[in-house]
Amino acid sequence: MSNYLKDRENQILTKGTDSAEISCEKKSLAGSVSQRACVFCGSRVVLYPIADALHVIHGPVGCASYTWDIRGSLSSGPQLHRLSFTTDLKERDVVFGGEKKLYHALIDLIDKHQPKAAFVFSTCIIGVIGDDVEAVCRQVTKEKGIDVIPVMSEGFNGTKKDGYKIACGALSKLVGTNNDYEAPKYSINILGDFNLAGELWILAEYYKKLGVEIISCMTGDGRVEQIRRAHKASLNVVQCSGSIMHLAKEMKEKYDIPFMKVSYFGIEDMSEALYEVAKFFKDDEMLAKARELVTNEISKLLPALQPYRQKLEGKKAAIYVGGAFKAISLVKALRLLGMKTVVVGSQTGNAEDYKLLKDLCDEGTIIVDDSNPNELSEFVKLTGANLFIGGVKERPIAHKLGLGFCDHNHERKEALAGYVGMMNFAKEVYASVTSPVWKFVK
Amino acid sequence: MLLRHTTKEVKERKALTVNPAKTCQPVGAMYAALGVHGCLPHSHGSQGCCSYHRSALTRHYKEPVMAATSSFTEGSSVFGGQANLLQAIDNIFGIYEPQIIAVHSTCLSETIGDDLGQIVGKAKDDGRIPEGKHVVQASTPSYVGSHVTGYANMLEAFVKYFAFKTDEKLRQVNLLSGWVEPSDMRELKRLAGLMDVKTVLLPDTSDVVDTPMTGKYQMYPKGGTTIDEMVSMGNSMGTVALGEWGAKSAAIALDNKCKVPFSMNDVPVGISATDRFIQALSTAGKVSIPEIISEERGRLMDMMTDMHQYFYGKRVALFGDPDTLLPLTEFLLDLDMKPVYIVSGTPGKRFTQRMEEILGDKVSETKFKNGPNADMFLLHQWIKEEPVDLLIGNTYGKYIARDENIPFVRMGFPIIDRVGHSYFPTVGYQGGLRILEKILGAIMDKIDATAPEESFELVM
Repeated sequence: MSNYLKDRENQILTKGTDSAEISCEKKSLAGSVSQRACVFCGSRVVLYPIADALHVIHGPVGCASYTWDIRGSLSSGPQLHRLSFTTDLKERDVVFGGEKKLYHALIDLIDKHQPKAAFVFSTCIIGVIGDDVEAVCRQVTKEKGIDVIPVMSEGFNGTKKDGYKIACGALSKLVGTNNDYEAPKYSINILGDFNLAGELWILAEYYKKLGVEIISCMTGDGRVEQIRRAHKASLNVVQCSGSIMHLAKEMKEKYDIPFMKVSYFGIEDMSEALYEVAKFFKDDEMLAKARELVTNEISKLLPALQPYRQKLEGKKAAIYVGGAFKAISLVKALRLLGMKTVVVGSQTGNAEDYKLLKDLCDEGTIIVDDSNPNELSEFVKLTGANLFIGGVKERPIAHKLGLGFCDHNHERKEALAGYVGMMNFAKEVYASVTSPVWKFVK
Repeated sequence: MLLRHTTKEVKERKALTVNPAKTCQPVGAMYAALGVHGCLPHSHGSQGCCSYHRSALTRHYKEPVMAATSSFTEGSSVFGGQANLLQAIDNIFGIYEPQIIAVHSTCLSETIGDDLGQIVGKAKDDGRIPEGKHVVQASTPSYVGSHVTGYANMLEAFVKYFAFKTDEKLRQVNLLSGWVEPSDMRELKRLAGLMDVKTVLLPDTSDVVDTPMTGKYQMYPKGGTTIDEMVSMGNSMGTVALGEWGAKSAAIALDNKCKVPFSMNDVPVGISATDRFIQALSTAGKVSIPEIISEERGRLMDMMTDMHQYFYGKRVALFGDPDTLLPLTEFLLDLDMKPVYIVSGTPGKRFTQRMEEILGDKVSETKFKNGPNADMFLLHQWIKEEPVDLLIGNTYGKYIARDENIPFVRMGFPIIDRVGHSYFPTVGYQGGLRILEKILGAIMDKIDATAPEESFELVM
């Protein structure tokens, strides 16, 4: 493997050949064509789905432009989160500071839109030019009587993961601020679902059938009021643990709310999530309902998947996604379709995730942390993959190589969660892998 | 309604941009650098910048877009990014093997005071730049100008670095292009070929971000202006520069460095601007205009005459970058349409002056604005005051188009929800035909969809 950046050797391993642990949670090397983003990106994607809050980006225009409504987090009500607000700092502001601009922007926007809370994102240069964003936020909170929460997400200050942590910090300022609410007997918060393609709504249906009330979702289809009373829930059910685990842990400490890690992707993980929640409440009736739901869904789903499985049996897949926990579910779901995972990697996985992946994958699978296009393209060639699962920057590479593609990131157009999501996934993979277009590649 | 938050009443805003009609410099620098063969753009700043720019270009072109980053950390923000850039230069030449690294700065590296020239100089002194390889740098602070400014700065940097004058006189013309699509670059070359003028086009993103699907992934596709071509620009007969915002500073730099005279032209969008472009090319290349060009012009004229009843008096709102907005406005006037609202987030005082020249007294009710606060929110407010018949701009116009039920033609950057812009030009006479086809299609689709049964027409 001569073609890789030398210092990255420990971030790549082949199951069965390499015995060492994968090295991860490292900063990217300067000069690498990394697929990773920054702290701001991490904070922005976690908080953005809160639809009735104001999200103001304090900095030069770019950070606001690039994150303007790109993520497909759906809201059943307000759409304020889909607008792009920025202080659009200029050279003058860099010299004299942007606090006044921020203050006026906030006052204007709060007057106009009457949001339930406001998040102010600091981008790279804010600390450097000496703006005291926290002080401005305190001032506006005082004047306007709504929570104006600083999100100190300067891009260089760590990785995207650190951005998640900062976003969790911002959320935790809202959690617990409404004590007047009486929670129903069986209530949960859903953490780490962002309602891409309406996935939360699918989950909500399932939980309703079990008799479980969702107090808040952080943050898909999110509302400030719901987050305020999230501490009244009996349980936090955490998906996409990378992004929101900090909050789950904090709520455990502060409010003694236990959490469980789940995945809603694929039959096994989805079913297990429902069973685990039912078991948590120690209610036999609920468990019976969960069994009924799962049996019902699976008995419909398995035969429906069969024709797709027949065509996909033995095909090989490469996975490169943001979080490694997601990759684990994907490996299992692909297996259900008869497909073998030959490459699997993530931008932000931790040692525990990678160990799970290593245990789960077959011999010969290449496991990689913080990869880049050259490596990925090499791995794909080496393993003869037929399908690539990734995000926006991976799609055209896969297509150029003549591989089918499935977007498992925020540009997914079909819900992939739940049983219906598994069906959608099968259809999408099938449509792409078996498309006649590949036969024209010479 | 998605944009239910847009109020009709326009209030002066001092401190706020809502739904920007621009983005920041570095993405423009990255795009310009992709138009140079064997060049890897490098973003000197935080990792996110590079990731965002690559994603934005990838969404627009549906192509892999490669660029490296200095991956700034807390340390770099305190001690400066020199160590990062030096390490990056080592890594990039070691692994990715480009001919050229085109470094652009970001708001962060500019604010902490990194001097790219000094750092690249040090890299050279330290022997980190292998023989025959190059590192070009451009300062592109995100808090100045817009994405177009970054494009211009990178273009200027290439010209300054490579163009070289010797005693040799080359019978060729430099084409310095403002920000247009690869399809447009291809069209500019085709037109020059028809005119029998040998040209060097810089930048040239055709065959870079519109590559054929071959089953292979190439980090450096075959397109892009080569080093030899850029060097030779110093010996050209003249330069035809297209678009003041994108190409003027490079044209001036080339004139200063190598005494290659230039003519400043609009990007050839529409009939009048294309006429002027062809004239400029013919003057610079010392050739007459061949019949085949006149025939292309004739076909555009033909469609304009055949369909002129549908254009007359239609109110149009448009937004985008000055270099294309100016000739597009002129084209709309040539069609007897009424460009009533025009917005560009890109600053520059010349915009007002040029717009006034173009508009003259043709349309009394036109409102236009560029620079700070000239954003999509303002455009929408104007439209709410008095509606329009057509909207032209990048993908972000779709919210307004949907909410106000306006026929919408996509032009500009980014277009992330439709395809075609990579392949079908909007410059030249052919490009004019395509613009007309799109405008008519959008307007007529609405007529067909909304006409009462009794007036639903078969022949249009």
